[in-house]
Amino acid sequence: MEQAPPDPERQLQPAPLEPLGCPDAGLGAAVGKEAAGAGEEDSGVDTMTHNNFWLKKIEISVSEAEKRTGRNAMNMQETYTAYLIETRSVEHTDGQSVLTDSLWRRYSEFELLRNYLLVYYPHIVVPPLPEKRAEFVWHKLSADNMDPDFVERRRIGLENFLLRIASHPILCRDKIFYLFLTQEGNWKETVNETGFQLKADSRLKALNATFRVKNPDKRFTDLKHYSDELQSVISHLLRVRARVADRLYGVYKVHGNYGRVFSEWSAIEKEMGDGLQSAGHHMDVYASSIDDILEDEEHYADQLKEYLFYAEALTVRTFSLKGMTTKLFGQETPEQREARIKVLEEQINEGEQQLKSKNLEGREFVKNAWADIERFKEQKNRDLKEALISYAVMQISMCKKGIQVWTNAKECFSKM
Amino acid sequence: MGTLGGAGLAAAVAASRARTLGMEGERRASQARSSGLPAGGADGDSQGGSAPFPGSSGSSALLQAEVLDLDEDEDDLEVFSKDASLMDMNSFSPMMPTSPLSMINQIKFEDEPDLKDLFITVDEPESHVTTIETFITYRIITKTSRGEFDSSEFEVRRRYQDFLWLKGKLEEAHPTLIIPPLPEKFIVKGMVERFNDDFIETRRKALHKFLNRIADHPTLTFNEDFKIFLTAQAWELSSHKKQGPGLLSRMGQTVRAVASSMRGVKNRPEEFMEMNNFIELFSQKINLIDKISQRIYKEEREYFDEMKEYGPIHILWSASEEDLVDTLKDVASCIDRCCKATEKRMSGLSEALLPVVHEYVLYSEMLMGVMKRRDQIQAELDSKVEALTYKKIDTDLQDRSWLSTLSYRIRSEEEIWRCATLHIYKMIFKLPEEIGKLEDKVECANNALKADWERWKQNMQNDIKLAFTDMAEENIHYYEQCLATWESFLTSQTNLHLEETSEDKP
Repeated sequence: MEQAPPDPERQLQPAPLEPLGCPDAGLGAAVGKEAAGAGEEDSGVDTMTHNNFWLKKIEISVSEAEKRTGRNAMNMQETYTAYLIETRSVEHTDGQSVLTDSLWRRYSEFELLRNYLLVYYPHIVVPPLPEKRAEFVWHKLSADNMDPDFVERRRIGLENFLLRIASHPILCRDKIFYLFLTQEGNWKETVNETGFQLKADSRLKALNATFRVKNPDKRFTDLKHYSDELQSVISHLLRVRARVADRLYGVYKVHGNYGRVFSEWSAIEKEMGDGLQSAGHHMDVYASSIDDILEDEEHYADQLKEYLFYAEALTVRTFSLKGMTTKLFGQETPEQREARIKVLEEQINEGEQQLKSKNLEGREFVKNAWADIERFKEQKNRDLKEALISYAVMQISMCKKGIQVWTNAKECFSKM
Repeated sequence: MGTLGGAGLAAAVAASRARTLGMEGERRASQARSSGLPAGGADGDSQGGSAPFPGSSGSSALLQAEVLDLDEDEDDLEVFSKDASLMDMNSFSPMMPTSPLSMINQIKFEDEPDLKDLFITVDEPESHVTTIETFITYRIITKTSRGEFDSSEFEVRRRYQDFLWLKGKLEEAHPTLIIPPLPEKFIVKGMVERFNDDFIETRRKALHKFLNRIADHPTLTFNEDFKIFLTAQAWELSSHKKQGPGLLSRMGQTVRAVASSMRGVKNRPEEFMEMNNFIELFSQKINLIDKISQRIYKEEREYFDEMKEYGPIHILWSASEEDLVDTLKDVASCIDRCCKATEKRMSGLSEALLPVVHEYVLYSEMLMGVMKRRDQIQAELDSKVEALTYKKIDTDLQDRSWLSTLSYRIRSEEEIWRCATLHIYKMIFKLPEEIGKLEDKVECANNALKADWERWKQNMQNDIKLAFTDMAEENIHYYEQCLATWESFLTSQTNLHLEETSEDKP
């Protein structure tokens, strides 16, 4: 069984964990080519270890998204979005960054990277990807994958994903991750050559067997409960939030009708005319202000969604075996299936021997896994608190805008 | 009235000249009306007792009949004819308004709050069940210092039908005044049963408004039926209702009105064209505003319903967290407080804005009715004048009965010719007086409307301005409350953070 790349000899300096919960911090690095070298905050977090693949501090950004057409595996034409990933290394002394790598990737390649990491780092809580399809949509929001707002939010989500990996003390050292950022062509083949799909199945089965045999560690049982609850409560919250957003949209937009009618009415009034007209203008302003407000709230929703996906991954990873293979790998090719069966046959023969070595491995696994879970918990608490505070900030901004508009409107009314 | 010699002619000419000056003509006209008989009749009598021109007395008989007809229609002009009784009321009673301007000045004076001497409240809806039907009555309390009321305080119970009756009487009596609107008979959609609490409460408030608007109106406040409505006991009211022209006469009026309106309104004065255009546009806009406002209320209600669920989810969440418990609970309580603020905003909307806007929707329908009635009065009179003029000349010329008087003595041809000429002169000069009377009626109706229109517009402006200013105020208050809630949350979080970081320091 191959071990994952991390070399225990290497000194780990845990990366300073930036509050990545606030998308704006991530955005600081992702404003596009123009932002290059504009003194971006170090939201692209780095690790500085000697034998790292990264020799310098790096910044990662997913700076652009582009529609492409091409041919898929079944030789049919398809449209997809490609994302530009830029990597910059930052000079120590003056903070200037230099573009070192830049390449285009599509969503399915991100998925491949993640699946690979899941297999090779089963004891790590691997960051989730942003949603493939828009969910928890309130009805004015588009559910279309090609919708520019959705693409934009996904771009931010993908950047966040890469930054989280880069800031993870263990994951950031992974070679495949490095290649993802630097090797445009052939990366897919490189990943597949590791044969990780084959290993995944047997490995997970074996590891899970460890848990079933002995008394399951209480911590993991609690974790399962927690992740179930978190999943359920966040989805509930997101659903209600979407409905609230819908209603709020309605309230604001109907006021826009006042604008039109007041303006028409003012035409027949002599004294009231001016007041009506200008009040109507403010009603229009009020009605259109909701678009930005709700766009901001979508970012908040995305922050929560990230932890929803984290929770989903935790649940799946820890205990669910059924269907996990298909969930991870989707459609298998006949060759893959063949190979898998072969491996299974081998395993059956080696079963006894493996069990013995598994016990040791199991204990080591548990220790490492729990360390990462602790790290994850702290990250989660920080990020969610950040998110809730940013929600309050959004509400405050919305209230201030409201006060302004209605104060103006009131003045107009009183002058009628 | 002088004889129909030179003096009579002179008087008639003087009268017609005076009429063109407007003011005096009205006074003359009203004096003529209060005497009850047309000038022509008096003239006829002054010819030495007998009627040397039987044709003329015949025609004056015709005139009399038609004038009586008009008298019925002239109830709307009671402001001008009830001179004696009006004068005795308080010194602020409407004298004969001679111009719209003077009426406006009077109105402004009248609307001063400290001069109000009639206070009405509508409350305590009660359900009554009989074998035939179920209905609601409302208690009406009137407090007044007016002399013509028998007492200073009255308490009666009335049902919606009674209000309808009162409105009908007022419209009858003052077809060109703007009578306040009544709340609708029933709401078509969204009503499960006639008597749900919201519906009754909305109606009660509207009925209260209705009566108070009448009380504030310089003319309507002295209407006799209004007084009876406020003071009579149930049985007294029923018997009073049975009197009066009643349904048939109203139907008769309606038939005539329809007939004359079908002739169309030519000669509608310019200012009423403007008024009509305004009313049409206003009606459109206020209806739209009514719809928009109702819709806003609905959306706010639905938002409130969703928000009610939103806060508790955070509490639920906090149950499975350790570090985040306090933050989540605080967020939940912020959302709940915002929820309450929304509720308050909603109730502000339904108290201040919705009823006012809806009342003006009903008012706009009223106004269209008033315009129609004014047009009808004018049309009726226009056509009558037409008919009178041609018919009269025709009839009179055809009626040779006056010739028969000549049979007593043989007149010379010359004398016959002289009599005929004098008769024609009499006819021509009598007509202007009648036409004058009829024109006076239209003019009075128009003036009444004009004055009331100005008053209505002023009120409308004030009411709309107040209603929307209130709505803006409610919204400001709502956002201020929410702002304070979230800001204090933020402060507490920052303080906590500072505490934590200071604790971490060695």
